[in-house]
This record gives sequence, structure tokens and C-alpha cells, in this order.
Amino acid sequence: MAQSVSLKRTPLYAAHVSLGARMVDFGGWEMPVQYSGIVDEHLAVRLAVGLFDVSHMGEIEIRGPEAAHLADYVTTNAVSKLEIGQAQYSGLLYEHGGFVDDILVHKVAEDHFFLCVNAANQEKDFAHICAANRFNAQVEFAGDRYVQIAVQGPLALRTLQKLTTVDLPSIRYYWFTDGTVSGAHARIARTGYTGEDGFEVYVAPAASLRIWNELLEAGREFGIKPCGLGARNTLRLEAKMALYGHEIHASITPYEADLGWIVKLEKGEFIGRAALSRQKQQGVRRKLVGFEMRGRGIGRDGYEVKLRGSPAGWVTSGSPAPSLNRNIGLCYLPAAEARPGAKIEVVIRHQPVDAETVATPFYKRAKTA
Amino acid sequence: MKYPENLRYTKEHEWVRVEGDLGVVGITDHAQHELGDIVYVDLPKIGSIVDQGKSLGSVESVKAVSDVYSPVSGEVIEVNEILGQAPEKLNQDPHGAAWLVKIRLNAPDQLKTLLSAADYQAYVGAES
Repeated sequence: MAQSVSLKRTPLYAAHVSLGARMVDFGGWEMPVQYSGIVDEHLAVRLAVGLFDVSHMGEIEIRGPEAAHLADYVTTNAVSKLEIGQAQYSGLLYEHGGFVDDILVHKVAEDHFFLCVNAANQEKDFAHICAANRFNAQVEFAGDRYVQIAVQGPLALRTLQKLTTVDLPSIRYYWFTDGTVSGAHARIARTGYTGEDGFEVYVAPAASLRIWNELLEAGREFGIKPCGLGARNTLRLEAKMALYGHEIHASITPYEADLGWIVKLEKGEFIGRAALSRQKQQGVRRKLVGFEMRGRGIGRDGYEVKLRGSPAGWVTSGSPAPSLNRNIGLCYLPAAEARPGAKIEVVIRHQPVDAETVATPFYKRAKTA
Repeated sequence: MKYPENLRYTKEHEWVRVEGDLGVVGITDHAQHELGDIVYVDLPKIGSIVDQGKSLGSVESVKAVSDVYSPVSGEVIEVNEILGQAPEKLNQDPHGAAWLVKIRLNAPDQLKTLLSAADYQAYVGAES
């Protein structure tokens, strides 16, 4: 751990350290991986409320008369279907159909789209979008203008509501609104990466420390916990949400990643469409599927998966699932075998260990009214 | 954290406590803290021979799996069975009840190569 050369820090860095966080390098950022412990933080989000600094995520703004055309051209999902105030999960692809990144597209106005992208990909995404910009639109790299704080869990709404006059229950899932939090301008989106209800709040760096502290105070009566990237990973894995560099990357297409629902071939031309169209006709050779360990052990990222004794695929993510008390994971398998109920083996430190493919998501929250 | 004076330490974050011709081996508080919630502990079979600096097993947390390197050479004569059922003990009492193995030392001189509590303390202080 002898480093600290050029890691970036969020404006909340000192707050994390004073809360006892263990900091790690994540995508070039010095981020909290855990405070009280991954399991403790994970369960706080499932049962009450947790607070995450996800300021390492990048933001890109697309503005101008043809902003919608550019956004539609560089993403797989149908931007034209978005209403103002609505957000959409989407893919940013190469021509060959592999992922540049997975992103959230927010429609702020007819001529303004706000993209939330992965930390390690933000420069690459920005260059990719700029290179594709043959429209009357301006692309702006806005990562430095936003701190992103995620409030997640069944009591996230009641926590955040104390700090804003925005009527939070009226914001539907995957919608957002601009308002104030603790008196500071904020974009409040009902989105998240945990499988729970919750909000992602985008604020100016100058206001972020005050908002962070006031959220901790507002959630105190509910048992709010600051949560690190460790719990964020176990939460998103239980909910089977993809992580760039694991389930998806430049050599993986949305169809392979079981993300066909974010591909709208019928919407018209977009980068990657020809390749995806071909793959849809021919079918995919490999596909992402969930598994549970039956034998003792945890199948982790990169471990080999065997089928009837022969190498057949690899694990993309694997972990104990704190809400389920099982060891779960995601892996790529030949498409014909990528369905629940297949007996597989995960090679853990040279030892094949029994596992079985299962239906996903592993965890789904109970629907609230 | 105050590291016990009666243990010797490695830079890989193991400790050994000498009891007669035996070395009781564990991982340090720093190691358990870095790993976080521990979910599995894999230990060698009784009777196996381990070498100083070589893997004698592994400790797995929610986040990662980590080798445990033996601080001394010798024969494993006892493993801590508690950890099979309750690996989380390693997070709670790494220098005490959650020892990993007892080794019959075959090269006691190796102990001189290990760090004192003060040196280890300084080492992890500098590392973090």
C-alpha cells in the first residue's frame, strides 16, 4: 500500500477517514471500501438505509438542438422514448457490439441529456461520444462539477425527505427531479445500484460535505450506516446488476450479458447496431448466467468453470451473499447450457468444486405500494 | 492496536508464539482488519510439513482470498478446529483464541528472522 502518488480523492475523503473507512484504489480513485464491515453495511441497506459516496462516477452532458440524436446514436436503448425527468439504463458500444461502458441517460430537457458513467471509463466514454458527434450538439465532460451521493434502502426516502421539500414519493423509479437538498441545488434521481429503493443525489462539490453529514444525522434514528464499495459490490451482485470490467467489457455484447432489454434495434441507426443485428439472428455462443456454490468455497472473478469435466466458461463476479447466506456468482457458459439447473464445477485454487446454475436475480426486494 | 510483546511477526502479517518446542501460528490484527469479514479458513492437514515463507493455508473474506505464509518451518501437529465452524472468530480475537495451527519447530533459529512487536507495529504504521 505504499502509493498515494496520483490517486484522485473526492471532496468527502476526509469525512471517510474520520469515519474509520479503509481506503483503496478503485479506478484511479482513493475510495472507501468499508467502514464497519461489508456484511454490516450490506444488511443496513437491505433492512434500513445506507449512505454511499459514489463521486468517482463520471458525468457527461450532451446539449444542443440535436442532443437527442447524438444520445440515441451512441447508446443502445431508445432515447426517444424518454420523457423529461426520466432516466434510462443503456449501453455505449463499439461498432463490433462490445461495451465501451454501461451508463445512465437522464433527459433533463429536450435539448439536454445528462449521462452518468463509470469512473474508470469516463475519459474513454467522453472521447468515444465526441468522435461520434456529427450532430449539432455539444458534449461536455462534467465529472468535476458533481459529487454523487447514493442513499439506498427501505428507509432512504424517509432519510432524504428530511432535507428536501421535493415530494420524494412522487418521483417514480428511474425518474429524477431537480430541487434542493439542505438548501443546495441538487439533482435527485430514484435510481441505485443495490437492488433496494433509494436515491442518487448529484450536488456541487462545495455543498457535498454538509449534505453528507446532514444525511448521516437525518438517518441516525433509522440506523443509517456509511457504506463502502465492498457492500456496493455484494448488493449489486445479489440484484444481478452488471459491473464493467467483470460481466461486461469490450469483448462482450449486451445479448451475451443477458442485457437484450437495453437494445432497441428497431429505433434506427446506432453504433453497434449492425453487429448486434447479426448476433440476434445467429444467436449468441455464450451467455451470462447465475450460479450458487453447492460445495464449500467461493467462485471468484476469473475462476474457470467446467461442465462435465471440460473447461466451459469463467466466473465474472462471485461472493458470499450476505442477505442469502449462500455463495453466489455470475459466469459465462455456452448459450445452450446457460439456463438454471445445470450442474457445473468452479475451479477454486486448482480444485473443481460443485456448483449449480440458478435463476436470477438472486435477490429481489418485496414490492412496495 | 497494541501488538503483544510475546509474539514474533512477519511482514506478511502472520505471528508465532513459542510454547516449548511448538510454535502457535496466527494472523495479525492488521491482517484481519485488512481482510474484513472472514468467511472461510483453510488449514493444512495434521502431520503435514510446512516451510517458512511458504503457504500453509488461506483465509477468505467476503471480498478476497489471501494466502497465509508460515512464519516457521516444521510439522503441523494441531489445527484450530473452531475456525471451521466460526471463521468470524478470526476477526474478533486474532492474537488469541483464533490461532490457526501449532507447528513443531524444526529450525528454531528462524525465530530470529522475525519482527518484534515494536518493529511490526512500526512496519504496519508505515504501511498504512
